[in-house]
Amino acid sequence: MSSLPQSTQTAQKQTEMAEIRNYTMNFGPQHPAAHGVLRLILEMDGETIVRADPHIGLLHRATEKLAESKPYNQTVGYLDRLDYMSMMCNEHAYVRAIEQLLGIELPPRAQWIRTMFDELTRFSNHLLWIASCGLDLGAMSMFIYAFREREMIMDMYEAVSGARMHANYYRPGGVYRDLPESMPKYKETPWTKGKDLKRRNEWREGSLLDFIEAFAKDVPSKIDIYETLLTDNRIWKQRTVNIGIVSPERAVQMGFSGVMLRGSGIEWDLRKKQPYAMYDQVDFDIPVGVNGDCYDRYLLRVEEMRQSARIVLQCVDWLRKNPGHVMLKNFKIAPPTREEMKDDMEALIHHFKLFTEGYCVPAGETYAAVEAPKGEFGCYLVSDGANKPFRLHFRAPGFAHLAGMNEMTQGHMLADAVAIISTLDLVFGEVDR
Amino acid sequence: MSDTPKTVAELFISRFGDSVTVGATQSGIMSLDIDVEHWLEVCRALRDEEDFSYEQLTDLCGVDYLGYGQSEWETEQASSEGYSRGVVGNLGPGRFDWADRPEADQVEQRFGIVAHLLSFKHNKRLRIQCFAPDEGMPIVPSLVEIWNSVNWYEREAFDLFGIVFEGHPDLRRILTDYGFTGHPFRKDFPLIGNVAVRYDSRKKRVVYEPVEIESRVLVPRVIRSDSRYKTDDLDLAADERAEELAANELASPEHTDSPETN
Repeated sequence: MSSLPQSTQTAQKQTEMAEIRNYTMNFGPQHPAAHGVLRLILEMDGETIVRADPHIGLLHRATEKLAESKPYNQTVGYLDRLDYMSMMCNEHAYVRAIEQLLGIELPPRAQWIRTMFDELTRFSNHLLWIASCGLDLGAMSMFIYAFREREMIMDMYEAVSGARMHANYYRPGGVYRDLPESMPKYKETPWTKGKDLKRRNEWREGSLLDFIEAFAKDVPSKIDIYETLLTDNRIWKQRTVNIGIVSPERAVQMGFSGVMLRGSGIEWDLRKKQPYAMYDQVDFDIPVGVNGDCYDRYLLRVEEMRQSARIVLQCVDWLRKNPGHVMLKNFKIAPPTREEMKDDMEALIHHFKLFTEGYCVPAGETYAAVEAPKGEFGCYLVSDGANKPFRLHFRAPGFAHLAGMNEMTQGHMLADAVAIISTLDLVFGEVDR
Repeated sequence: MSDTPKTVAELFISRFGDSVTVGATQSGIMSLDIDVEHWLEVCRALRDEEDFSYEQLTDLCGVDYLGYGQSEWETEQASSEGYSRGVVGNLGPGRFDWADRPEADQVEQRFGIVAHLLSFKHNKRLRIQCFAPDEGMPIVPSLVEIWNSVNWYEREAFDLFGIVFEGHPDLRRILTDYGFTGHPFRKDFPLIGNVAVRYDSRKKRVVYEPVEIESRVLVPRVIRSDSRYKTDDLDLAADERAEELAANELASPEHTDSPETN
């Protein structure tokens, strides 16, 4: 860190503690614990943080401005790249905003699929969070365990949308396509064969829903494993208990949402308070913290994973029993299927118009928020009646959380800054947009 | 959420009088236009008073209303050869590059500030909006004393739109590069930008150069007045029929004619 001149005179002064001043330190943007591209200017008094000044924008891609130059449905793909750990939740906020302005009602099956994938996304996000937070705080095996489970969710994404990460699956008017009837299986290789191959393909014999069900039923036992490693772990508790405490009043004042708000003891979850999709029809609990420290936020995320698994099982149950459309049958907004285009002139024209010009959205403004894994992800949309948004603004939860970074780290040690950054659950795709 | 929008609107008007204008309500969120002179005063009341108690400011952003409602694609007049397909106007994003960026027209109210408030107590949201009085040097009072969360949002609006927030403790750029010029989200800022950055191996440093790529638009901006979406009873009835058809189609395996909505 800082190297002091080695002359005897200064050494003399140092012992008298007369000349020690605060010094500034650069943390990131290439630091592994900076979760991407955070540059943090820390003003230090010895090992204690006096002031933290986060510099953001290194991943700024002007998504909001790009969206102004494109028809509505062409922007969905950019949403995956905002919070690239909770792809479908971002899409959900955006397509909901469009649907609100268009005033359309979705087929229920599409809503249930969205609910299910929102929860799987929350699960995958929290898995990645527990993995990287563990890595930051020295519990390295968490990374390996959590990635094993996360891989399954990536497979679900791939089965349903064709892409492991950037799904582009939610569309205004529903979802891109129905859940597939079969899951891709592992093929035999010199390294995977016989019993091993059979074990790996065990859940994949049936449809995607079977796979998801097997996963959601099994995964609470995996969460138990994580908890055995962390919850009562002395080192883990030393690193997180009473670190980065946020009082409920300050959490509200600083615009916190999601786990950061609930960790401080405020019972607020958009899935319960302002339900969207099918959240008013599923049964789940909202864990709420007490102390508002890093440890509470850890406990909350773990419990949210369990609740997500619970919601997913209810969605699987409903989706099994109720086949139907997953996309609105209004060709002015949703494209016709390929089969329909083969023998219907109207369908072909609609398809052409939809993908060359898009649709015009009635003039007005709306704000659609979803409870993304990291907090409230909102989409403010202004339309002037054109086929492109006039102004689009995303309310990213991480942006508000990082703004509270200075207040949270003041008086803590340097190593605690890492724990705090970790439990903020930052992803710079959404902070910088 | 028991109050109907009407009574809430009356509440705002009776409390704040002429300093606010109640706008449309979309998806349960009411818009409130506030005079910039009363911006702080009204906001403080919105936070502190029992009837409102909007404890949290969730979001704030700037909006540049330059070119609002302008279409680039002229398809109104039919001639003997068909429709006129001339592209008009040049204010849409991406139509121009930095050197020939358009002179901003005199728009009466160009820069707006839009904030979204949330009341945990009443489980309600509210959208508040005000316009900067002078478009050459847009200045709006800062809300940072009322809601601390606004700090970075105002920095962002300053960075991207050049809106100055009076009383903000730390109004620096936040998202753009160190030493960036211009305010990139203004409608008269080209989508392709102004300068490009690359590493020069001879100079052994990063250099800034005028941007070389050509600005182009793949899909023009169109505003259509035909009925693309359901606005009246006739359209809604058509949609119901389509739903029925779709349900029938699902029930019978053979393919029927695809439902047509409008």
